[in-house]
Amino acid sequence: MFDFSIVAKWFDNLLRVTCGLGDFWVILIECVLVGLAILLAYALLAIVLIFMERKVCAYFQCRIGPVRVGWWGTLQVLADVLKMLVKEIFVVDKADKLLYYLAPFLVIVASVGTFSFLPWNKGAEILDFNVGIFLVTAISSIGVVGIFIAGWASNNKYSVLSAMRGAVQMISYELSLGLCIISAVILTGTMQISGIVEAQTGPWQWLIFQGHIPAVLAFIVFCVAGNAEANRGPFDLAEAESELTAGYHTEYSGMGFGFYYLAEYLNLFVVSGLAATVFLGGWAPINIGIEGFDTVMNYIPGILWFLGKTFFVVFLLMWIRWTFPRLRVDQILNLEWKFLMPLSLIILVLMTICVAFNWTFTIV
Amino acid sequence: MYFTLFVAVLMTAAFLVIAAYSIAKLIGPRSYNKVKGEPFECGIPTHGSSWLPMNVGYYLFAILFLMFDVETVFLYPWAVAVKSFGPLALGTIGFFMMVLVFGLAYAWRKGALEWK
Repeated sequence: MFDFSIVAKWFDNLLRVTCGLGDFWVILIECVLVGLAILLAYALLAIVLIFMERKVCAYFQCRIGPVRVGWWGTLQVLADVLKMLVKEIFVVDKADKLLYYLAPFLVIVASVGTFSFLPWNKGAEILDFNVGIFLVTAISSIGVVGIFIAGWASNNKYSVLSAMRGAVQMISYELSLGLCIISAVILTGTMQISGIVEAQTGPWQWLIFQGHIPAVLAFIVFCVAGNAEANRGPFDLAEAESELTAGYHTEYSGMGFGFYYLAEYLNLFVVSGLAATVFLGGWAPINIGIEGFDTVMNYIPGILWFLGKTFFVVFLLMWIRWTFPRLRVDQILNLEWKFLMPLSLIILVLMTICVAFNWTFTIV
Repeated sequence: MYFTLFVAVLMTAAFLVIAAYSIAKLIGPRSYNKVKGEPFECGIPTHGSSWLPMNVGYYLFAILFLMFDVETVFLYPWAVAVKSFGPLALGTIGFFMMVLVFGLAYAWRKGALEWK
């Protein structure tokens, strides 16, 4: 498997030795390059995801979706971005101006922050703290604050209602999300994201195989809770357009709305990416213990594995979104507190028993 | 090193918002009238402020969340060590898990999980 850190080390060496730059400049250049890479990946993925959502939604509803702008509608999203950029940005007179402008920052920081933890390839994680997955859950909860502030600062009755609903839904589902991640941590024995992926290389070592029943259950709970965490249907209570017009971003115009749109799709990607990383092995190729098959699979680059798995989960979540009707607020809270929460506690105990007595699935 | 990168990532996020906002401010039109400054409310004039007292149910769930979230945070360091502890890990966390489960059961029994 190709190790991307070779490239990073080579580049670092190039700057330090060949160009003879000091510590400060090397770090500055590297940070700027990393920032640019993040922005590029972020924008590209947003375009791909929004286009994908429109097409998937269209085909689920027996339409063909956007086809006019560009070949097969591929430039539709770019046209939308341009349109958003030339729209006026204005604030409601009675709004809390400071909080109103602060909210998009929090939402985007949460989504970019979690986005940069994803393992794209072996050695290609941007941030790789030893408390990685724990920090991801911590940063993602800033997004809740952003959404709540957005709704509250707008001083619009729909927005305030939506902010309350969004907050109560997102904080509730964070619990089972965290518990599912803890079950994965129990199995891998590390919180570092590269370590979690590393533990899943080898024959039948993806967590979903390794941890069999509890891991499969945890994967399902993680997908449901992640969907709710990304505020997407059937859990899109916060922007239930038939009752709350547009929810917390009703009063945001042009690019202000654009940020929430962007963050929604990137959050979807991050949740799917985390599900793929933690349960489906991230960049780890599928190995079944037969040498010829494994060698062929190992030739496929890690980034393709990662993107393939992630887009598989993305498609699954889009499928769910366009198939199920929206839940009511009491149904959402019942689902979390009376079903998913006890279930994830049971998963946790099951997983502990499996790991403690060495009942995990491994081929020696 | 990672901390520097972490700060860089946060600054990237802030840069994205500032850049997009300033471009939109620069090339977007600007106009003002009184009606435009009103919050949207189905076409009729808005009545009063929107910052009203909310249903107490929301706060109840927030408190429950706080309780369980702190408890789950305590589980992380234990989770990392389960592999090296073996069956002992189950015993050490048993009491703590019991508190968690009983907390949920108590809240459930008391009707705190009902949406009213």
